[in-house]
Order: sequence, then C-alpha cells, then structure tokens
Amino acid sequence: MDLDVLQTIWFILIAVLWTGYFVLDGFDLGVGMLLPFLGKDEAKKRVMINTIGPVWDGNEVWLLTAGGATFAAFPLWYATMFSGFYLALFLVLVGLILRGVAFEYRGKGHTDAWRRRWDWAIAIGSALPALLLGVAFGNVVSGTPIEPLAGSAPDLAGQLNFTGNLFTLLNPFSIVVGLMTLTVFLTHGAIFLALKTKGDMHAVAKSAAIKLGIVAAVMAVAALLWFQAYSGHVAVTLPLALIAAVAWLVALFLVLKDRDGWAFFFSAVTIGLAVATLFAGLFPNVMVSSTDAAYNLTIHNASSQHYTLTVMTIVALVMTPIVLLYQGWTYWVFRKRISTSMIPPQVSAPAPEPMANAAG
Amino acid sequence: MSALSLSQWQFAITTVYHFLFVPLTLGTVWLVVGFQTAWYRTGNVKYLKLTKFFGKLFLINFAMGVVTGIVQEFQFGMNWSQYSRFVGDVFGAPLAMEALLAFFLESTFLGLWIFGWDKLPKRLHLSMIYLAAFGSMVSAYFILAANAFMQHPVGFEVDPETGRAVLNNIGEVLFQNTAMIAFFHTLAASFLVSGAGVAGVSAWMMFKNRQVDVFRASAKTGAWVVLISAVLVSISGDMDMKIMVQQQPMKVAAAEALYTTQENAPFSVLSVGDLSGDQATNIIEIPGLLSWLATGTWDGPDSTVQGINDLQAEYAQKYPQYAAETNFTPYVPITYWGFRLMIGLGMLAALYALWALFALRGGRVPRSRFFAFSSAVIVLFPLVGISAGWIFTEIGRQPWVVFGQQLTADGVSPLLSSAQVWISMIGFTLLYLVLAIIEVKLILKAVKAGAPEDPVLDPHGDAEKAADKQLYFAY
Repeated sequence: MDLDVLQTIWFILIAVLWTGYFVLDGFDLGVGMLLPFLGKDEAKKRVMINTIGPVWDGNEVWLLTAGGATFAAFPLWYATMFSGFYLALFLVLVGLILRGVAFEYRGKGHTDAWRRRWDWAIAIGSALPALLLGVAFGNVVSGTPIEPLAGSAPDLAGQLNFTGNLFTLLNPFSIVVGLMTLTVFLTHGAIFLALKTKGDMHAVAKSAAIKLGIVAAVMAVAALLWFQAYSGHVAVTLPLALIAAVAWLVALFLVLKDRDGWAFFFSAVTIGLAVATLFAGLFPNVMVSSTDAAYNLTIHNASSQHYTLTVMTIVALVMTPIVLLYQGWTYWVFRKRISTSMIPPQVSAPAPEPMANAAG
Repeated sequence: MSALSLSQWQFAITTVYHFLFVPLTLGTVWLVVGFQTAWYRTGNVKYLKLTKFFGKLFLINFAMGVVTGIVQEFQFGMNWSQYSRFVGDVFGAPLAMEALLAFFLESTFLGLWIFGWDKLPKRLHLSMIYLAAFGSMVSAYFILAANAFMQHPVGFEVDPETGRAVLNNIGEVLFQNTAMIAFFHTLAASFLVSGAGVAGVSAWMMFKNRQVDVFRASAKTGAWVVLISAVLVSISGDMDMKIMVQQQPMKVAAAEALYTTQENAPFSVLSVGDLSGDQATNIIEIPGLLSWLATGTWDGPDSTVQGINDLQAEYAQKYPQYAAETNFTPYVPITYWGFRLMIGLGMLAALYALWALFALRGGRVPRSRFFAFSSAVIVLFPLVGISAGWIFTEIGRQPWVVFGQQLTADGVSPLLSSAQVWISMIGFTLLYLVLAIIEVKLILKAVKAGAPEDPVLDPHGDAEKAADKQLYFAY
C-alpha cells in the first residue's frame, strides 16, 4: 500500500480509538462524576459504582491504546502533543490514578468518612479527564503556538515544539470544547445509569439525563458550530455537526420515552459524530500551528515510515475486531439491570482475633 | 536542578514505584489461578478460601499497578519527547501492541473474574482468570521487548536525512535474545517475589493460629514456588550475563567495579572504591568467578572481561560525535551494590524456602516466633532484590537512553521547564506516598481478616434463576 494510504488509514484508526474511548469511558466518567450528586444514600452509590464496576478498566484501555497507537503511527504528533500539554496531562493522570484506585479501595474500608473521601476521588478523578481531554482536543484542532527550535536541523518536522504554556491551552474555544465533553459525558453517564438500573435509581438517572442533556446540547452546538471556523472541510463537518445535534435530541427524546437502550445508542452515535466532526475538520493535519501553517504537523510529516505502518495496520486489523467481540461479550454477561435491593451487604469488618485453638 | 535531572528523578521514582506492584501481581495471579484450578478439580473448599484470600491481596496490588502504569506510557512523550521522536518508529510499535494484545485482555477478563462468580458457569469463570493472567504475561513481554531495544537496539536503521530510527525488522525487535532472556528472567523473579509473599503471609497466619489447615497448604505452595523460581532466576540470570558482556560490556564492568581489562577476572564480594573513581580495591574476592559468569571460562584469553577504563577510552574513540569529556561510565556504586543486592536477597529467599519446606515437612505446622518473624521479613527481600536488579539494569545503561544511539541527555523534551517538572514530580511523589500508606493498610487489613470462613460453595449460575437475587459480589 502507498504511504499516503497507510497514513490516512492510521488517521482514521486513531479517530476510531478516540471514539471508542469517548463512547465507552465517557459513560463511566459520567457515572463517576454523578456519584456524589445522584448517590443520595449508600445503597444508591453502590448501585452506581456497580453498574460500571466490571467494565470501567477495560474502557480506559481505549485511552492507552489511542496513546500507544499515536506513538507508533505518528511519533512526532505524540512527542509534540504530550510534551506540550505537559501540565494538563499531568492533571489527567492524577485524575485517572485517583479514580482507578478509588473503585477498588472504596468498599474495603468501613467508615463513612473513608467512603466519602473515595466518592470525591472518583468524582474529581473522573471530571479532570472529562474536561481536560476536551480542552486538549480543542487546542489540537484550533491550533496552538508550534514552531521549530532555533537553529534547526534540516529535519523540520522533528524540531516542531509547542511553545505555549498551560494558560495558552485555556483559550475560550478550547474551554467550550472541554465543557462539551464534560456535559456530554455527564449526560451519557446518566443515560447509561438509566439503562442499567431499575427502581428509584432509574427515576433519578432519567431526570438527571434530561436536565444535563439540555445543558450538553447547548455546549455541543456552541462548540461544534464554533469549530466550523477552524475546520478545513466545512462541507463535511457542518453536516456532520448538524446530524450529531439531531442524534442528541433523539437520544433525549428516547430517554423521556423510557427507551433506555436506544437512548444510549443515540447518545453513543452523537459522541461518534462529534469525534468524526473534529477529526474530519482537522484532516490532513494532526496538530495545527497557530504560528504558521508551515509548522503544522500533518499525517505526512509526523508519521512513522512505511514498514512500521504496515506492521501496525495488520496488528490493528486483526486485533480490534477480537477486542470488540470480547468486550461486547462482557456487556452481555453484565446486561441485567441492578437495583438497590440487589446490592449485597458490605464485606464484614475484620474478624476478631480468635482464641488459641479456635481456628483450624 | 535542570529539567533533565528532574525528569530522570521523576522517571526513576515513578518506575521503581510502579515496579513494586508489577512483579507482585505478575506472579500472584498465577498462584490464584493455581488455587482456583485446585478448587475446580478437587472441590476442596480450602482452595476456594485461598483463591478468595490471595485474590483480594492480588486485586489491591493490581489496582495500583494499573494506575501507576498509565503514567509510564504518558511520560515518554511528556518528558522524553526527543527520545520519542528518535525511536517512535520502532519503540511505539511494541507499546501499541501491548495495549491492543495485552491491556484489553487483562482488564476485560479480570473484570469478568471479579464480578462474574455468579454469572458464569464454574469452568468458564475459571478460564477468565487464566486469560487475565495470560494478558499480564503478554504485557510483560511487550514492554520488556521495548526495553530490550533500549539495551540492545536491533531491527532498525537511522535515516540519514532525518536522523531518526526507522524500523526494518519487527521480528528482530520482538524476538531478539535480549528480550527473550529478560522476559524469562523477570518472569521467574516475579514468581520468586510472589511465592515469597504467599509463603510469608501464610506462615504468619499459621503463627497467629488462623485457619491453619488452609494456610499450611499455601505456605507450602509458596515455598516451592520460591525454590523453583530461584533455580530459574539463576539460569536466566546466567544467560543474561553472558549476552550482556557482549552487548553492554560497560554494564558488566560497572556491576563488578572492574576498572582494568583482565583474564581470570575475580568476582568481588566486597570492595571499596577510591575517591578518584577510577579504581576499586577488592576486600573479599573469588578468583576467576567473574570470568566464568561472563564468559563460561575461568582463565586464558577467552576469559577476558573488559574493564571500565579501557571501555571508556574505546567509546570515546567510537563515538566522536560527542564531546571529548563525555563520560560513558554509569554511576558505579549503584551498579555494583544493585547487582549484589539483587543476587544476595534472591539467594536469601531461596534459603528461606528450604527452611520453610523443612519446617512444614510431614504435616508439621511451624509455630515458632522466630520463623514467623523471619517469614514476615522475607516477604520484602525478593521485592527489594528485583527492584535493585532493575535499578542496576537501567543505571548500568547510562549515559545512554538507547545504547550506542542516543544519550539520555539528548532525549529530554527540549522546552520543558524545571518548574513544570517540579510540579509533576512533587505531585506524583506525594500522591504515591499517600497511596502507599493506604495500600499497606489495606493489605494488612485484608490479611488480618483472613480467608472467608464460609464462602458460598457453588454460586455459579444462580443469578440466572432469580431476577432480583442479590449480587454475589459487588464493590
């Protein structure tokens, strides 16, 4: 295959990986953020955590895969973006560490204070990536100061670095994109909760989904319309954005009608379309330079060479369907809705020291 | 401090910390596999109790391993962007493969194992932990192959135009002997760490007179695992030494503080360096042993082991692109003592295993205070040992990040400020400290709680029958 074709394939594959990440981890980030607010009592909280308990870790791997794939297919993109967005990514990592540990450790303590602290670790740990990854995307697609190091070698692309700082990243457009991902994931999480629960939890989730969904609609429309100003292919991205908006409204309507499964499907479709909008508008760039278009990182100057892309294409084409198959099976195994009455009592406190000879 | 030194410190802190959990989980998961398989085949509830007990300890560690692992993947780009630019074409491939082939497998099937007790038939549920354990091993393989490329780069050429490495043989990268032997050695050592953990905890439980019949079985299993792994660690370590002396002779010389090239080189058991740092005086040494370890011959020309001073001179000539004063020698006190700590602690663990097996012979239950306290301490020995081994390996490669290809100093992100790295380094360190305290507390608590007295024997498939039945397991 031509190098051009491989580079395009990998651009699409990375968009697919981000779609997978946002659709899947999106809802468990959402449930995590909602935990202190919708979990009015311990039983509700545990229902919420257990809807995502078996799957959140597998969902998060989509992020690692997107990162790894970017490293392998577009190392110069990976290098410039990760070193440039340093502090933002540090905060994302802190968030992911907090929530990952919290899910496992929350139930292993026995005081209310212990659980309350982990609840906030889950909520804040989920909010940081939900917001900041959106901000990061906003910056990638709208452009950031990127220029070659002084006294550059002939390899221009290998010298392109982000020259801003954390506050450069916090520009209005990117913040709006961040608020879009934040509110969309909150809604996506509430819809997932509605889908996976019954009884009082279901009612709470449904009403939250509607309210959050309206805020998210405003944010998403604002972000995606504003993005058209940066989009390289408005003829494609404007229709995509409009379809995304329609899909979102359909999702909210279906929540109202208690068609939770279909609502979740349309919510996922919306997220997929939003990612598609951003990537389509970015193509063939992978990172826009606001300094000078000559310093854009593109699929051509930032990519690995032919051999690596070929090897990785084979691996990705073989493995991705297999992964989808067994991850899909997980959702089938845990397809049952859960309710507060189905949550077993917390594992008992440590057993008292037994008398001598009592054991065995 | 410069962003370079700070980035090195941050990488060292986060990697060493991450690697405390990795070997523990890598081996323990297979012990849990063993216990659950024993329960599946014999129906003996003792093994179900052990599955639950060590499964819980495993999960507490696994959570830490996962979250600290994400930091590692991000750091290459965040702090080492010039490195990432230079090797991305080669190094990115095994990392991406690790995510696609291993991380998904590990995380998905572990979730099914944790929550699937009442949802899956017994046999299928057992296979979930097999798949998760297999995923962990695959993950270890890819990351060690990636590391092996840094130790001994193969399967690439440097593009003269861009100055970047370009992959031309993925098979060589994935299957070179450096990677295979490192995998063998690390995996065996991880089993040693985990076996010692299981044996130590079990011995403590027996001392406390808790569920003695249950923990006697796991103490014995753990001790055997330690003993067998110790043999495999020695074999693979020997193989490693023999290729290292060819691929990274400087590392071998630094491990031994051997300053001058010699035949019949001695293995120094104890040595002191002088202040000038270009020679060392051995206080206790075994003649010819280093030559034998490194080359397989005791003396004669074949037994030659190159010394630090000669290698330094050789590299200064071989790599004229670097400044004349470039130091190609790693920091010898760390390599020298790291190497000894690794071997010494591993050997102590093997001796402990012999002692434990002797104390457990013929149905005996060791209850002496001395044995119990030794067991509690021995849990830590192989863990410190494997850590020392990796510190030796990585420090021993310095000043290179990719041996012979790129200096660590040239790999750092060019525009990173010290302030940024200070923030992240202090942040990670404080967060990791707090988490370490919590994790140790939880481990002790889980040990104290003991194995479940009455685990439901056959929960499998129950949930299918009653729609609103309580979940068998929930967070």
